[in-house]
Amino acid sequence: MRKNWIGIPALMILLLLPALSVAQGVDENLTPVDDNLSTVVTEDSIAATLTELQPVAEEQLEEPDPGLDVSGAITVLDKDNDAGDQLLVSFELPADTEGIYAYNVYRRIAGEEGEDAWNLVEVIPADKLPEFIDGYDPDYPISPGVLYEYRIASVTVDDEEFFGSICKAEVVPEGEIYHTGKTRVLIAGGLFMFLIFYYFGKAQKGTKMYLRPIAGIQAIDEAIGRATEMGKPILYVPGLSYIEDVATIASLTILGRVAKKIAQYQTPLMVPNRDPIVYTIADEVVKQAYLEAGRPDAYDPDSVFFLTTSQFAFVAGVNGLMMREKPATNFYLGMFWAESLLLAETGSLSGAIQIAGTDAVTQLPFFITTCDYTLIGEELYAASAYLGREPKQIGAVKGQDACKAIIMGFITLALALAIIDIAAGTHTLDWVRQVITMPIVD
Amino acid sequence: MKRTVPLMIVMVGGILMMVQYFIPHQYSQAVFTNYTQWAPIVGAFALILGVGSLTRVHSHKIRRKTKNWQYSWAVLIPLYGMPFLAIIWPQSLAGGMDSPSIFHFFFMHIQVPIQSTMFSLLAFYIASAAFRAFRAKSALATILLLAAVIVMIGQVPIGEIFGRWLPETGLWILRYPNLAAKRAIMLGVGFGILATNLKIIFGVERNWLGGAGK
Repeated sequence: MRKNWIGIPALMILLLLPALSVAQGVDENLTPVDDNLSTVVTEDSIAATLTELQPVAEEQLEEPDPGLDVSGAITVLDKDNDAGDQLLVSFELPADTEGIYAYNVYRRIAGEEGEDAWNLVEVIPADKLPEFIDGYDPDYPISPGVLYEYRIASVTVDDEEFFGSICKAEVVPEGEIYHTGKTRVLIAGGLFMFLIFYYFGKAQKGTKMYLRPIAGIQAIDEAIGRATEMGKPILYVPGLSYIEDVATIASLTILGRVAKKIAQYQTPLMVPNRDPIVYTIADEVVKQAYLEAGRPDAYDPDSVFFLTTSQFAFVAGVNGLMMREKPATNFYLGMFWAESLLLAETGSLSGAIQIAGTDAVTQLPFFITTCDYTLIGEELYAASAYLGREPKQIGAVKGQDACKAIIMGFITLALALAIIDIAAGTHTLDWVRQVITMPIVD
Repeated sequence: MKRTVPLMIVMVGGILMMVQYFIPHQYSQAVFTNYTQWAPIVGAFALILGVGSLTRVHSHKIRRKTKNWQYSWAVLIPLYGMPFLAIIWPQSLAGGMDSPSIFHFFFMHIQVPIQSTMFSLLAFYIASAAFRAFRAKSALATILLLAAVIVMIGQVPIGEIFGRWLPETGLWILRYPNLAAKRAIMLGVGFGILATNLKIIFGVERNWLGGAGK
């Protein structure tokens, strides 16, 4: 009986020894879930940790998977000079980039849960810099004042993703109230506006100002007179652009002056329009011009008309008018594209005297070639002042001239500095260019 | 009132747009977006006026039997016929805009070829315009002709047969004298736009108001 009592604990010890040795071996293969667990250790926590880690240990033991290395810390900064709709995101590359084809950048609103909350906002090829501006994709816009979380996945050629840790942005996107990149524009714009207002005031005080004669504008009276003598109509095309184009507005201003003279001579006028808004304004302008000329009865409501919004259908319509009605004078003033030569060449073939004016640099050669007179660039804007001779209008032209004088001064300075730099081997022009030149801004 | 209200709207709107260019804040951008979204709405209403104008002009021609009045039918029938075929004509009878439909057939087989024809006329007009421009009537015209020949031959592979100097001279002409002239024009245009805008915003230029401007 006594022998049996001693044998029971001995048997239990024998059974426990192998179990303890197995448990010790498993512990050595465990992966810690959290480093904090190693610092705060209690008996309960050890038990809990062992329970939690046991399956991980078993998985790793069964099927070891090397995978890809994942990116390190993610840095998120608010982008300057934006509407609070862009963030600068950069991240540390993995220590081992072997096998990484690209990095997928995911974003979600902080606090949202689940895989569906993540949006793929950027794919950065492995050979590119690990940074980008988030917010360009219109499908996934960034909202001002919202906190976002990011995570980066290393992607294999087979499109397998290995996710790094989630990073909460330290900043929220915010819009700025002043665009610091536009300071030089503000200074230059302010200076030019001041000059124009200065000459407005000077003209209002009665100061006489000289305007260089422009042949194209002086020929307007002659062209209207020719049409009157021949008893043929005058065609006025106010460009093919929309009312928001300043060239169109300038053209409508000239139309008012021209229509007033036409009303005095009682010559038929045709004003085809491509844009419905331009048509309504042109109609009002011509009606008012006839009223001012004291000939409201001579105004024909069909003289100003809408043709079509289609570019080449409009050309076909106007060319048809030229060939059927044979106007004696054609005005093409405003914004033109590929149709400029089609219109002007047909007008030239019909034998009309032609006056054109546009600020489209690429169309100017066509007008110069085929028209009798061409208003080049700014002359289109100055034409109204020339025709009206109102002091403030002339003041504005003088203001423009003063602005151009400043630019000419800068060009002369740059030329002198360039010569000095070549002679003396200095780099003063580069320095001046850095100070003056406007950087490309968003 | 008829004059003051539009002028005030233009002044406030113009200054607002100038100021917002320097303010990237979301509220500033929202104002800008809303402002620009109004334009298509106004345009849609103006289109009705435009179609009305076209109808009035051509119906007058038909009624008065003026010269070439028959062509007015060629304007009015498609003007109302095409929307009718696209919107009202039943889908079961080849209505609608998508292929196959009568609208699509007319569009692809009448409008598109006519437009292409108009555009292709440009090639012939360029030739005749170039002939007129490059006649060496004076010393300046001769310089223009020479510059044009150098640039044109320099731009094509055959130019190198004459030596490297030809394409290089052509490029020099494009990069320096030509670019300088273009930039000078563009600078002038920029100042012209600035001055015109200021004249409109501050009510110096009122012709665009038509009858209300006086």
